[in-house]
Amino acid sequence: MNLLQLAWSYLRARPLGTLLNVLLLALGVGTIGFVVIVNEQIGASLNRDARGIDLVVGAKGSPIQLILSGIFHLDAPTGNIPLAAAQALARDPQVRRVIPLSLGDSHRGFRIVGTSPDYVALYGATIGSGRLWKDEMEAVLGSTVAARTGLAIGDRFAGAHGLGEGGGEHGDAAYTVVGVLQPTGTVIDRLVLVDTASVWHVHDTGHAGSGGKGGDDGDRQVTLLLVQYATPLAAASLPRRINAETSLQAASPAHESARLFRMLGVGADVIRAFGGIVLATAALSLFIALYHALNERAYDIAVLRTLGAHPTGIALMLMLEAVLLALAGGVLGLVLAHGLVAVLAWWMAEQESLAISAWAFSGGELWLLVPAFVAAALAALLPSWRAARADISATLARRA
Amino acid sequence: MIRIEHLRFGYRRDVDVLRLDEFALEARDRALVIGPSGCGKTTLLHLVAGLLLPTRGKVIVDGQDLTQLSPRARDRFRGQHVGVVLQQFHLLPTLTALQNLLVAQSIAGLPVDRAAALAMLNALGVDERVEAYPHQLSIGQQQRVAIARALVNRPRLVLADEPTSNLDDEAAAAVADLLLGATESHGASLVIATHDSRLKSRVARQLVLPRIGSGAGIGRGVPA
Repeated sequence: MNLLQLAWSYLRARPLGTLLNVLLLALGVGTIGFVVIVNEQIGASLNRDARGIDLVVGAKGSPIQLILSGIFHLDAPTGNIPLAAAQALARDPQVRRVIPLSLGDSHRGFRIVGTSPDYVALYGATIGSGRLWKDEMEAVLGSTVAARTGLAIGDRFAGAHGLGEGGGEHGDAAYTVVGVLQPTGTVIDRLVLVDTASVWHVHDTGHAGSGGKGGDDGDRQVTLLLVQYATPLAAASLPRRINAETSLQAASPAHESARLFRMLGVGADVIRAFGGIVLATAALSLFIALYHALNERAYDIAVLRTLGAHPTGIALMLMLEAVLLALAGGVLGLVLAHGLVAVLAWWMAEQESLAISAWAFSGGELWLLVPAFVAAALAALLPSWRAARADISATLARRA
Repeated sequence: MIRIEHLRFGYRRDVDVLRLDEFALEARDRALVIGPSGCGKTTLLHLVAGLLLPTRGKVIVDGQDLTQLSPRARDRFRGQHVGVVLQQFHLLPTLTALQNLLVAQSIAGLPVDRAAALAMLNALGVDERVEAYPHQLSIGQQQRVAIARALVNRPRLVLADEPTSNLDDEAAAAVADLLLGATESHGASLVIATHDSRLKSRVARQLVLPRIGSGAGIGRGVPA
């Protein structure tokens, strides 16, 4: 029966007030924690998807749109570019490698990407079953696509026109699944990969496609190119040269993701500030509860002093109550934060958006408990001080 | 057990509310502190308990001059050597009867001894309801637990402040029996501050404190 147990007994004696304070603290920590975890997860997700890509080259338009469509497969592409221009860029001495992407069709909401096997290698993806595509009209599925559509090796499916669901089907040109990739946690999990030539083939059959228009070899098109530099120096000149001297547009993923992140950051700041206000409210509520407890317990405190408690012991008891609340509120807040992230992760997965993980705990999260403890300590400071200074003799005499 | 010399106490340095030149109580002895209300009975108990410090003079309890102790040492000394029974027999409401005794052991810096606490409750006639909370106990049982709490650390001295006021004759006699019997059997000295004349027949030694300011001078222990 030490001070900690005594503090606990007081918390237990008024469950409603205790619950209210724990919930307020949890809400504050949870809100701030949610922002921190989502920021971390989205940043990590963007980095995973953009890794190894120095530059995205496509049709003129918004550079962010180019990045969103080319790397994260979140937006419509800016248009197509001539294959000849792509081939010319691949021959540039500052370019080590070019991976072409042809977009425009989808299957049940999953994008069909015409590309080269280099794209699979870029994400370090490995074949889970089957093999990579060799011929036209052979398709390899990302792990999420396979899981959601239920397609297996040997199955045939038709691409639908457009990137959303409900486009007209290319019913006469069906793909055959030849392989399924292992999960990678990157964007490739949500893609259907085919050879660039397959996209041309589908659109050669008479459809006025938007991705990779058919026709003669001369006016073959791709949608965009993922570029790896041959030398770091290329970063200084190549993007500028492309933007100035060709009809193409070059966008740097690092630069554009940072810009995107800054735009998201404003929203994050607002939510974080909201969390701060909730936490301040929690501190205030805790302060009122402890201050009220002082009056309610004046005689209890006097009794503890007659039993030999030192004023610092009395102060410590109130401090411990606050700390216990902070601990409970903080831990509940972290659980709440992860729960909210889980909801967001589920929703984003439904939207075929970025892959984020809700249940990845990092040691750094424990720092989120600090604001809870600070709030509790601040709230307990004045009541503790007053409790320690209370005139015990006067309190006892008043009752007598 | 208690020796008081040239004691002066006042909330302002120039106005005494209590003067007591000499008082001594031997071990196992008991005394009443009586006098009109406002004469400083409770103040004297608080001085002996070390809850207040005299403006002048000495308060020596069990050989220890309380004025020479640091505040922390004085609190510790009170916890280990002095048992206090308050007028309302106030028990900590969030703790069970047994826990009220255990917390007294712990706060005094003594090892928590559940068996000793149970034995003390049994000695005071609280057998079955040791796990009950104060609000679940009758007034009589609360009084027994409070007295057990004052005795659980085996103090050499027990101080009781108006333990029988607000009680009917029967209850007052029961409380007096408990206090006198329990301190006797545990070999503790007992000082009761009271204005209850019903107790005068129970304790021979009586210290009458006059009201200061009414012209009376210095209180002295007077035998009945």
